[in-house]
Amino acid sequence: MTTLALLHSTIRKEEKRLIRAAGKRNIDIKNIDIRKEIFNPENFNADFDLALQRSVSTSKGTYATAFLESLGIRVINSSKINQICENKFLTSLRMIEANIPTPKFALVFEIHQAVQAVSELGGFPVVIKPATGSWGRLLSKINDKDSLESVLEHKSVLGSPQQKAFYIQEYIPKKGRDIRAFIIGNELICAIYRESDHWITNTSKGASVKNCPLTPELSDICTRTSEAIGEGLLAVDIFETGEGFKVNEVNHTMEFKNSEEPTGIDIAGQIIDYCMAKAGHPMPEAFNGLERFA
Amino acid sequence: MKHSQEATMNLSARCPVCDAFITPEEELEESEILSCPDCHTMLVVDGVDSGAIRLSEAPQIEEDWGE
Repeated sequence: MTTLALLHSTIRKEEKRLIRAAGKRNIDIKNIDIRKEIFNPENFNADFDLALQRSVSTSKGTYATAFLESLGIRVINSSKINQICENKFLTSLRMIEANIPTPKFALVFEIHQAVQAVSELGGFPVVIKPATGSWGRLLSKINDKDSLESVLEHKSVLGSPQQKAFYIQEYIPKKGRDIRAFIIGNELICAIYRESDHWITNTSKGASVKNCPLTPELSDICTRTSEAIGEGLLAVDIFETGEGFKVNEVNHTMEFKNSEEPTGIDIAGQIIDYCMAKAGHPMPEAFNGLERFA
Repeated sequence: MKHSQEATMNLSARCPVCDAFITPEEELEESEILSCPDCHTMLVVDGVDSGAIRLSEAPQIEEDWGE
């Protein structure tokens, strides 16, 4: 019998649903709180066949994934996917490489360069985000040069080293909503509109959710995004623009508790089914920490 | 590594912040996050000992948390 390890930190509603879905399918699932583990390659006892990585801590999940892959264990999602998705700048670069429409962007380290970058991106307003971050936190809509200088000075003085890489993105007027698309194994399974009067449309910031019908155009950009990032479990945030869909960012540890009801899709069940389908399949080339994503 | 298959449905716990009784409506998992129905503090299940569910305040959200 295949044993699936559920790598987690805190267990949220999503992890509960995954555990329940595994139970309904009589799948042997082993919950592993990675915060309590000792990842020693000399004596780690990996008595499971593959792992589903669901740590809410991105960095801890990345370490756990790399460790298990070094032991020859498949982890969903892989280190390659993690590396791209956990950094918005790398994600944007991947979109450009794959000719997938995405908002214009730049990365700078100094305020003077930021002023020049804004000009190159078409002027104000722009959005400044941490290159690593989630849940719509620390996003700044910058409307003028004074605000730009003030925000970047605060980030330079108060921020961690990660906050001192200034990822600047053109501001896309979203008309009150964006799209969150759920992709499992290169296939778009469902999507939601996230609606808000605020320019930040994360549900963690109070956006409401309703079903987004799947269209060939939406499916196409999602499949291309998934093929560019790597096959796995992805939640893609998409803007609707006058030039069509544009991929804003890609999430690799999708939250879905607010999305199953409006879409009518058992996302947890499909995730478990996907994991079990991958059990026993040859693992992709292990991430060695130096390999550039391809 | 531990299985987290404790039978918690028939157990109760006390909120470590306000001392309210908390009776789970479904099986709880170790490390699971829940909210105290009285004071709404976010709590985490540390484990089950001697028929009682151990709860503590949930860890604070950290910079690298997310999707």
